[in-house]
Amino acid sequence: MSEPVVQVTDLVKRYGAVEAVRGIGFEVQPGETFGFLGPNGAGKSTTIKILCTLADPTSGSARVAGYDVVRQRDTVRRNIGLVFQDPTLDSYLTGEQNLRFHADLYGVPRAQFVPRMRQVLEMVGLWDRRQSEVATYSGGMKRRLEIARGLLHAPRVLFLDEPTVGLDPQTRSSIWEYINDLKQREDITIFLTTHYMDEAENCDRIAIIDHGKIVAIDTPEQLKASVGKDRVQITTNDDQAAIKELKDRFDLEAAMHEGMVTFNVESGEHFVPRLFAELTQAIRSVSVARPSLDDVFMSYTGKTIRDAEATVGDRNRATVMAFRRGR
Amino acid sequence: MAIGVTDRDSELTTAIRVAIPEKGLRQDLRAVSIVWRRELIRFRSDRLRAITSLVQPVLFLFVLGTGLSTLASRGMPAGIDFKTFIYPGVLAMSVLFTAIFAAASIVWDREFGFLREMLVAPVSRSALVIGKCLGGATVATFQGIVILALAGFAHVPYDLGLFLTLIGELLLLSFTLTAFGVMMAARIKQIQAFMAVTQMMVMPLFFLSGALYPLNGLPAWLTVLTRLDPLTYIVSPMRHAVFSHLGMPSAALAVLSPGVTWNGWVVPTGLSLGIVALMGVALLGIAILQFQRTE
Repeated sequence: MSEPVVQVTDLVKRYGAVEAVRGIGFEVQPGETFGFLGPNGAGKSTTIKILCTLADPTSGSARVAGYDVVRQRDTVRRNIGLVFQDPTLDSYLTGEQNLRFHADLYGVPRAQFVPRMRQVLEMVGLWDRRQSEVATYSGGMKRRLEIARGLLHAPRVLFLDEPTVGLDPQTRSSIWEYINDLKQREDITIFLTTHYMDEAENCDRIAIIDHGKIVAIDTPEQLKASVGKDRVQITTNDDQAAIKELKDRFDLEAAMHEGMVTFNVESGEHFVPRLFAELTQAIRSVSVARPSLDDVFMSYTGKTIRDAEATVGDRNRATVMAFRRGR
Repeated sequence: MAIGVTDRDSELTTAIRVAIPEKGLRQDLRAVSIVWRRELIRFRSDRLRAITSLVQPVLFLFVLGTGLSTLASRGMPAGIDFKTFIYPGVLAMSVLFTAIFAAASIVWDREFGFLREMLVAPVSRSALVIGKCLGGATVATFQGIVILALAGFAHVPYDLGLFLTLIGELLLLSFTLTAFGVMMAARIKQIQAFMAVTQMMVMPLFFLSGALYPLNGLPAWLTVLTRLDPLTYIVSPMRHAVFSHLGMPSAALAVLSPGVTWNGWVVPTGLSLGIVALMGVALLGIAILQFQRTE
């Protein structure tokens, strides 16, 4: 295996008494799309800040593109592109002026600037709008411009911190089209954080992070497989006979649920062809339900991601209340 | 033509290799230049700000200057208008607000996230801070030049040598003030707080600088305070430049533009300007140190 492009060992970050990141370690391989999944306040943004050299770790180490994030800060910075959760554009400048500013700060050779700018702007569909002030852009356009800017200096790793937060569902999916398209065109590793389950599905591998710790790390498929079996539901000409046959031939406990013969089996999509070949009862319909990442999150943390965020919200509300009483 | 299209397509499908050079002085200079240019672009697109920050100096010069002239004329040598007397102070005032406001844009940039874009770039923080201070200094000096154009109304001659001297002094003042503002902006994270604090400091700086009255014959407490105000050391040379171009008797000159004295010793113009320059460099250094820190 080639050298990992992100390498994190025993990373800890404390803010006063609060331990935001509590000893995490992982590696990301070149070309991977790696996702950090977890509720708000789980330590995702803190980790990304450390990897982007914006914060120093309290202890532990991190290497990005082969360089240490503390000791080789500027080399790391030259090799990464960043798209933050909150917009970081100058809305009084045009799209092109924003990119030119970036190119000058990153030292993109002047001869390469215009062709490269055209390439990244066409990639996100903003070439025609480059002369407009960013203030006139929609939320989705701004995010696309930031992605283009993050790519301008051809980084080896692109960090996307909650790239679709605050966007409507349609814009979110179009952002994902651009990101997936980008992987086809550029030789790049993508590291992103999200608290949307459906977006984590786009990643090659996911780390689930909760309370500053990684609780699980694997491909979305493997994570779901680790949770449990797929649920298969079939209807046949004689359901009772089918249940008996499933017990005798496949050693599966099936029962009637929602008017269908229902049973759990590992990797349902591989089992269904066998079922068709071997079951003597004629099958009239079949459905396979995979465990979702929601199930995965729940099995590792004991709560759904929405519950986890509600807790954080409650805590903040409680603080506000206490503050008001204090006045 | 067909070939052209194919070329472009292939250009799009394969990523253009961008070779980012190692960090160095050239990269830093390029960063200074773009941060500086951004200030100019933003100032050009913000005409309202340019106009509003001229209101106050114009009020001081024409309303206060005219209104007080009858009263003040008793203490003035014959033929010298009070407006002429306060003109150098009004010039200093015209850059005061713009320079501090230019630094306030750092607080805005932090609020709107753009500061982060700058802070994560592979350039030294000093390049960013220097670019910002040069930008603020340039923009503020432009404002000063507008007031300079009104020289005739204050009976100040349009003399090239005088104007170049004054522009140079305004540039020095603006740079020092912007550096001061940037240093404050490194600490103060809310725009309201920044505005409140800087406003609170700007008016005393102005009133204690001798912009509106001569520095000699003041009560002891005020003498001390005026000597502690850095603005004093720029207003006095500017006034000296203006009055030495009016062709007035040296006795009158000594009354109106006595220069800054330390216990009777007249501080030479060079030292006076040197003090301002030194303060500018020191403030710049502190500002750079403050932006050097990471979380």
